[in-house]
Amino acid sequence: MAKKQIIKERRLQDDAWKVVTLVDGAAPFDVCLPVGPLLVPVAVWKAKKACLIHREYEHGTPLGIWLAPEDDLAEIAADLDDFTVIAVHFPKFTDGRGYSTARLLRERYGYDGELRAFGDIGRDQIFFLNRVGFDAFVIGEGKSAEDALAAFDDFPESYQGNAVQPLPLFRRRVA
Amino acid sequence: MYKYDDYDHAIVQARVAQFRGQTERYLAGVLSDDEFRPLRLQNGLYIQRHGPMLRLAVPYGLLSAAQLRRFADIARRYDRGYGHFTTRHNLQLNWVKLPEVPAILAELAQDELHAIQTSGNCIRNVTTDHFAGVAADEIADPRPWAEILRQWSTFNPEFAYLPRKFKVAISGAAEDRAAIQVHDLGLQVARSDAGEIGFKVYAGGGLGRTPLLGQVVREFLPWQHLLSYTEALLRVFNRHGRRDNAFKARIKILVKALGREEFARQVEEEWAHLQSGPSTLTQAEVDRVSRQFAAPAYETLAADDLCHLAHLREDKAFARWVERNVQTHRVAGYAAVTLSLKKPGAAPGDASSEQMEAAADLAERYSFGEIRVSHEQNLILADVPQRELYTVWHRAKAACLAAPTVGLIQDLITCPGGDFCGLANARSLPIAAAIQERFEDLDYQHDIGEFELNISGCMNSCGHHHLGAIGILGVDKNGEEWYQVTLGGRQGNDARIGEVIGRSFAAAEVPDAIERLIGVYLAHRHADERFIDTFDRIGEEPFRNAAYPQPHQSRRVANG
Repeated sequence: MAKKQIIKERRLQDDAWKVVTLVDGAAPFDVCLPVGPLLVPVAVWKAKKACLIHREYEHGTPLGIWLAPEDDLAEIAADLDDFTVIAVHFPKFTDGRGYSTARLLRERYGYDGELRAFGDIGRDQIFFLNRVGFDAFVIGEGKSAEDALAAFDDFPESYQGNAVQPLPLFRRRVA
Repeated sequence: MYKYDDYDHAIVQARVAQFRGQTERYLAGVLSDDEFRPLRLQNGLYIQRHGPMLRLAVPYGLLSAAQLRRFADIARRYDRGYGHFTTRHNLQLNWVKLPEVPAILAELAQDELHAIQTSGNCIRNVTTDHFAGVAADEIADPRPWAEILRQWSTFNPEFAYLPRKFKVAISGAAEDRAAIQVHDLGLQVARSDAGEIGFKVYAGGGLGRTPLLGQVVREFLPWQHLLSYTEALLRVFNRHGRRDNAFKARIKILVKALGREEFARQVEEEWAHLQSGPSTLTQAEVDRVSRQFAAPAYETLAADDLCHLAHLREDKAFARWVERNVQTHRVAGYAAVTLSLKKPGAAPGDASSEQMEAAADLAERYSFGEIRVSHEQNLILADVPQRELYTVWHRAKAACLAAPTVGLIQDLITCPGGDFCGLANARSLPIAAAIQERFEDLDYQHDIGEFELNISGCMNSCGHHHLGAIGILGVDKNGEEWYQVTLGGRQGNDARIGEVIGRSFAAAEVPDAIERLIGVYLAHRHADERFIDTFDRIGEEPFRNAAYPQPHQSRRVANG
């Protein structure tokens, strides 16, 4: 099987992180944690925080969490320093809540670690995702990651301030 | 008007290239229908009854003569030689071919035109008052603010995939001519006690399946905070608007569910974090944009031109046109002219390439080269010297743009309906034509007086039927087209949603029903009362009774 790949620093890289999902009805505490760096859902983080932190402390396994569109950021705001990676899930590319999530994490909560987008995303979302603060992208199944690499420069300029260029255009075009 | 600089050009050019790539990937089968749909919609491209429909943006309704000529040229070469102006200032082409759309966009871009965000679940074209800058009752020109919002909303990365579409309207005058209370976000320019410009903010208005008027969520927003506050409001919508049901996804449903106060509180809470951030507007930027909307070089003219007065006395037809189609201007000796796109036999809002070119010529010769599109689906020459009105009238007549019926029953608002639109439940154009024919007699129309009749072919309400004194809504009953009638709607400062009077009518019954309703008004009106005034005074019942006569009653003969 081909290694899982992710777009970071505008190139394809191997990715070791596994996404832990909670099957319907399963108790978060009972979830079995596989070896290696994990992205866990908020419920698992809350239920097994001590265990996860222990894994990092004892084995050096970095911590990660993934957020669903409806997750309340306030619930994890105090823990952001614990995470090496925060991932935001896009169940459908037309569900744009994750874009606000990213801006809040970057601007409101000051998160400066890796912020990755995963799920139903492809080249037509990369530009906007990058501008709201994502710096890592797991391209959805059936979509071309090589193709997506071309999309970072879809637009030469943005009117709004954003993660790549914090000052809106109007603060730069008026001399 | 606003002139693109290198940044604006580069962004629109990049969009052309991006959409060309998306179209090529779709045609090559790389993008599925479901993947391409949201992308093409954000560029105004629908797949309709006859093929793709392309909606071209007219930001806040303002066009240069060159831009209107470009529309005419595109319509002629890529379509069937005409286009349809919508209630949101835009121009729709009904017969374009999908593979040609990238080429159309590339040509449009040469004249600072595009189709960006004219559909889809994103922030749409900002609309405003078609008399902006020339109205006597203006507090401040809304166009610089509309342009600032246009830039801020264009490819705003956070808000490309909202729960549902988001429409903004802004009015800078004492009387609202932009229907701001039926928009997702309505902005009324205001002045503080200290004389500072700001906005009264309405949110959660809209027509459609659940017609609601916007609620005031902020009494006064100082201008510096226009973008940061709007950002906060959109973020609350983006995060908390419903996404489980497209019919419940507009912001109005969220405002209604939370209640005005709680919604406003959440926006304020979000805004508290953004308030002093980089999107806070600067005086320099407002000045830069405002300069581009500076008044044209008006001549110093007498308030009344003697030749014009003579023509008014001598030519009754001209006087009638002036009475209906010419509005007063804040500058002495000037007037604003409405070129009517309404006449029996043509779909309301439709303009042929020749008409667009004629309007562009008129704008160039007599109105500083600019033209506006009104949300009533007409074209406006905003700065015509009084002494030229007689010539303008003649030339407009030659181009079939001079129906002297602005504000009368024939000036009705209509969506394209089932003849063109894939969403419609019923056709609206034949109904519009039948009504226009029934009331074609000019004396009859003038006798009926000011009248707003709006027709939509489905619940999406593109024809603003809820805002008509009489509104007509096409409904589908077991595969047949029926028409529901609402009464008492109105736009403006006292905007109100019309109410359904009873069972629907078959298409053939509609003109008779409308005429019976108008008969009630003619029988009961006091001097100087408009239809809507009489309706307010005597109430719905006499109208309802007349709309559904007992079988033994014979109907009035048309045109009496």
